Amino acid sequence: MKILVTAKRVTDPDSKIQLKPDRSGINLDNVDFKMNPFCEIAVEAALQLVDAAGDGETVVVAIGDSDATKEIRTAMAMGCDRGILVEADEAQLDSDAVARVLAAICVKEKPDVVLLGKQAIDGDSNQVGQLLAEYLGWPQATFAYKIALNGTSGATVQREVDGGVETISLSFPAVITTDLRLNEPRYASLPGIMKAKKKPLEETTASALGVDLSLKVESIGFEPPPARKAGVKVKTVDELIEKLAGEAKVI
Amino acid sequence: MATILVLAEQHGGKLTRATLSAVTAARQLAQIVGGGFDIALAGTGLDAVAAALTPYGAGAVHQLEHEALAGYTAQAYAQAFASAAKATGAQYVVAAATSNGKDTTPRVAARLGAGMASDVVALSAHGGGVAYKRPMWAGNVLGHVKINTAVQVVTVRPTEFPVAEASGGASPIQKSAASVDAGSLRMKYVGLDKVESSRPELTDASVVISGGRGLKEASNFKLVEKLADTLGGAVGASRAVVDAGWVPNDWQVGQTGKVVAPKLYVAVGISGAIQHLAGMKGSKTIVAINKDAEAPIFQVADYGLVSDLFGVMPELTEKLASRKG
Ligand SMILES: Cc1cc2nc3c(=O)[nH]c(=O)nc-3n(C[C@@H](O)[C@H](O)[C@H](O)COP(=O)(O)OP(=O)(O)OC[C@H]3O[C@@H](n4cnc5c(N)ncnc54)[C@H](O)[C@@H]3O)c2cc1C
Ligand SMILES: Cc1cc2nc3c(=O)[nH]c(=O)nc-3n(C[C@H](O)[C@H](O)[C@H](O)COP(=O)(O)OP(=O)(O)OC[C@H]3O[C@@H](n4cnc5c(N)ncnc54)[C@H](O)[C@@H]3O)c2cc1C
Repeated sequence: MKILVTAKRVTDPDSKIQLKPDRSGINLDNVDFKMNPFCEIAVEAALQLVDAAGDGETVVVAIGDSDATKEIRTAMAMGCDRGILVEADEAQLDSDAVARVLAAICVKEKPDVVLLGKQAIDGDSNQVGQLLAEYLGWPQATFAYKIALNGTSGATVQREVDGGVETISLSFPAVITTDLRLNEPRYASLPGIMKAKKKPLEETTASALGVDLSLKVESIGFEPPPARKAGVKVKTVDELIEKLAGEAKVI
Repeated sequence: MATILVLAEQHGGKLTRATLSAVTAARQLAQIVGGGFDIALAGTGLDAVAAALTPYGAGAVHQLEHEALAGYTAQAYAQAFASAAKATGAQYVVAAATSNGKDTTPRVAARLGAGMASDVVALSAHGGGVAYKRPMWAGNVLGHVKINTAVQVVTVRPTEFPVAEASGGASPIQKSAASVDAGSLRMKYVGLDKVESSRPELTDASVVISGGRGLKEASNFKLVEKLADTLGGAVGASRAVVDAGWVPNDWQVGQTGKVVAPKLYVAVGISGAIQHLAGMKGSKTIVAINKDAEAPIFQVADYGLVSDLFGVMPELTEKLASRKG
């Protein structure tokens, strides 16, 4: 079984993100970067699926600047076999461009499954996997909670949805996007990190893949979120009830 | 005239309230770009739902049926909705950012060659077109985007668009076979393991009581549930306790869970990580109960009670119950 998996380089979820004073973008001083947590889950799922299938290959892809090779190496240290970096400027991408780049790679690589995160924790769009599936004409299982292979030709996937857990079955090739509880990603081991340095990493560009990067969705500005006015501390339950009834009038 | 198409969502013949938030967004959009909106409804056995959609001022309710739509799948529904958008000549397609909305709508956009903005919280006029405001980075930043394609697709965050009131009149229902290429479908709906609850829906409730890791163990979560039941509210949770398996997945509030904006939100033993705040900081009144005075949840709380939850939760529940008589 062959799996293509993504590793987006994003701001660390624990970093404090703020706008630049002139609101032109994000202030990246003192901000760390790492692999999108949902991509870590996707990498783990890819490795587990190949294990379950008995054999196969996992190819990790990142679209971004050359720093994104770090996330590719991390995925290879976890166990992916090789990597592809599509060099692009994050600010010049939208979800649709990312999906079309991935679609072009799928046409070349012909994976059985593409695993992605359900969302990137920076852009928060929750679109790429679905767009990719439609561009390829493939079935999809978004928000995956459990994946069980049906031989090597398909899978039964449980999905986290409003109201509960939904089960669907699909046949490969297919796109699957991960939700939080699919697995606990492994850490890269030291030998894994050493091995990753020697694994093949191909660098390419959107134009080499024949993908036009003109934006369908274009940023026209940013603003900070509305601030909540400072609240008060109450000392007792009685005082809390009094405030909720008298001041806030919510009970 | 600009035409707007709302993608309605139904489950087993019941309309979702989130659909009526999408209708509100469509009405706002019509104010900006002119023209009116239609509603597309897909599935099987939809007569009653279609009828329920007629009093909202839509030009038409398109009732699209096909046996391949009997169980929900993104592939089939995207085909049905995209064909409806083409047939109506829609320039704007609007759906609610529910789990189904997030699942299908990007596929609709791809079929239409359209750009899509997700989880939009506000619409405004921008140089003859529309600017869409949407949260990014767990709501730490609001981005404004415009869409450069002829057809524009959006999902809207239901908490930011109130449920539409009926406006009278009766939109005509246009019933037709949905355009689905059954041979192209390679996915099948198997079933839904539903979280049964007599409580209001988390995303619709006017009171939400949420619990976090401070509750220490699963059995203590009943402290949260009792308070919720006393106030007729819904129950939410932090990711930590959902991951621990104490409560259903579907209760997670936050950046990667549900977004809620009730009149009253009570966070019990929740630290207030940015990912949690992203799902509840639009609430009208926020109460935090936490023994750590430095917990970030207090930065968004209107009323903070620095205290051991095991002491105050029973007292609070009891006193509120006796107030109600
Ligand atoms: C300064 C700045 C300006 C920007 N301007 C715009 C703009 O004009 N228009 C716009 O639409 N966006 C803009 N963006 C955001 C944009 O670059 C997003 O990254 C892009 O739209 C993808 O959306 P998303 O990250 O929300 O993806 P989602 O749809 O949330 O991603 C889903 C999944 O797709 C995969 N994925 C996504 N991106 C990548 C990637 N690069 N490499 C590998 N896998 C990936 C991951 O598995 C991810 O979990 C800007 C960002 C910055 C920092
Ligand atoms: C990709 C990603 C996505 C995420 N998405 C979400 C999301 O959607 N929603 C979400 O909630 N989180 C999300 N998180 C997790 C988030 O970062 C936090 O880890 C999580 O919210 C913490 O949960 P908590 O507040 O219950 O636990 P903790 O942070 O451990 O806080 C427990 C609190 O309980 C208090 N406490 C302990 N004992 C008592 C007592 N006896 N009385 C009173 N108070 C007490 C403590 O002081 C502490 O503040 C996400 C994280 C990542 C990386």
